[in-house]
Amino acid sequence: MPTPRSDFDVKYVANLARIQLTREEERKFSEQLKHVLGYIEKLRELDVSNVEPTAHAIPLVNVVRKDDVRPSMPHEDALRNAPSKANGLFLVPKIVE
Amino acid sequence: MLNQLTISELRTRLTKRAASSRELVQACLDQIKRVDPKVHAFLSVDEQDALAQAEIADRAIAAGLPQPLLGIPIAVKDVLAVKGHSLQCGSKILDKFVSPYDATVIARLRKAGAIVFGRLNMDEFAMGSSTENSAFGHTRNPWDLERVPGGSSGGSSAAVAADECIASLGSDTGGSIRQPAALCGVVGVKPTYGRVSRYGLVAFASSLDQIGPFAKDVRDAAILTRVIAGHDSLDSTSIPEPVPDYAIQLTGDIKGLRLGLPKEYFIGGMDKEVAAAVQTAVKHLESLGAVTQEISLPHTDYAVATYYIIATAEASANLARFDGIRYGMRVEGADPNELYMKTRGAGFGAEVKRRIILGTYVLSSGYYDAYYLRAQKVRTLIRADFLKAFEQVDAIVTPTSPTPAFKAGEKSDDPLQMYLSDIFTISCNLAGISGISVPCGFTSSPKLPIGLQLLGKPFGEGTLFRIAHAYEQSTNWHKERPEWTTKPS
Repeated sequence: MPTPRSDFDVKYVANLARIQLTREEERKFSEQLKHVLGYIEKLRELDVSNVEPTAHAIPLVNVVRKDDVRPSMPHEDALRNAPSKANGLFLVPKIVE
Repeated sequence: MLNQLTISELRTRLTKRAASSRELVQACLDQIKRVDPKVHAFLSVDEQDALAQAEIADRAIAAGLPQPLLGIPIAVKDVLAVKGHSLQCGSKILDKFVSPYDATVIARLRKAGAIVFGRLNMDEFAMGSSTENSAFGHTRNPWDLERVPGGSSGGSSAAVAADECIASLGSDTGGSIRQPAALCGVVGVKPTYGRVSRYGLVAFASSLDQIGPFAKDVRDAAILTRVIAGHDSLDSTSIPEPVPDYAIQLTGDIKGLRLGLPKEYFIGGMDKEVAAAVQTAVKHLESLGAVTQEISLPHTDYAVATYYIIATAEASANLARFDGIRYGMRVEGADPNELYMKTRGAGFGAEVKRRIILGTYVLSSGYYDAYYLRAQKVRTLIRADFLKAFEQVDAIVTPTSPTPAFKAGEKSDDPLQMYLSDIFTISCNLAGISGISVPCGFTSSPKLPIGLQLLGKPFGEGTLFRIAHAYEQSTNWHKERPEWTTKPS
């Protein structure tokens, strides 16, 4: 087994990802992800200094289409799945005091 | 029983009016009632809607319409949008979500005359290799109900293996079609990246995801692939490449085709019966006239690590949209940030949280170059391995999975072990090439299916179908069914 990464702070990263974890999840995920990160370290064995990165396997660049006017999704359809809505808008908690 | 037949067999019967689409759909619904309480492949089935579609199809058949899937019931993984139907991706966070439009593949199935029905179970957001990560219960392997069907499209493979539908659609990001197809003894296809439009597919890892079919034989898989493939202006990554008639390439003749056996795939750690079945299949392909040679894919050992950086990074960005504002579950909070934290904490399951956290980490300031950028560079090396190999061979032959179906619970607490079960399927997605899994035997006790994987060039699906079909038609593995599912009720 590869050496687990010891410096991984699960609480900090979960906050960046906007996911609230329970204490038990923090403990468990921290241990599991340290192992996964330890495994991932194996990529350091390779010399990639002269290699270009691949973002997509089949490269397509500047994909354009004619700018035709087409109907878009009706307003009510876009709002239909909203957990909270009023007056044709999504309702959210107060953002500015 | 009609539900046991293939698309080609059924199309003949339907055209001759020897059976109706309504009878066929009813046979599938009856089979679902009988076996699905045990298999749990389906999350839901709208019977009335399916029967109503069948009646329309029967009228079209009577009028002599020639569509390739007319009257054929095809079930759908819970990751694809079907207008007016629920879509949950096996997740609580998409609670009560109803699709406002049809995915392009669904529109194409409908245009081809298919009856689109059912929501098939899956690992939450397609993250998993066992369908144990669904928020709505596990799917069982019809060959042994104590074992997993594979994943993430385990509902799609189990439903075809148990004759609950004629064929199905799934999605494959790192093996999620081919691995469950192998573990359930059916045919599964991962088309070339860009071959099939992803419009209406809930995104997991956008540079790796492809939609593909599960079928009872290679011909059906070829028919379905032709229907769903092709350029779509609604997906800017879909490739404007003509779609050939794959079925006419199924000549049964593979004489002189060159098959590569990557030495990195035939090493220790593999189940003995799987290794033996694959070696026998290779001999069989040679006896049909194929020429085999050893090849090397030197960066194979780095594929799983590369995949779990790229896939989780893309997932962390894609799944940011599930924030409790516009759709799905919401857990209220005093401010938006608290609402996001609580909603995502309550709505996502453990594996999805782990992967979003891992993906966020590898993209975060100070780690991006060391993880994400490095993985993208290794991806270049992995892709180059394949392109180089395809200068020498027409297709590559490997096992689909290093083991047959494992027991439920066996790997669910060890993410790394679960990730390593995808070791043979992951490179195909990183390289963006085509792949198929076909049944190639069984273990002895318990009797569990084994899958043979063929990997092809970009847009090389036709060659894969030709080889897989020639193999399948000279064996009988694909005709085997779990005995208990075939007995009349």
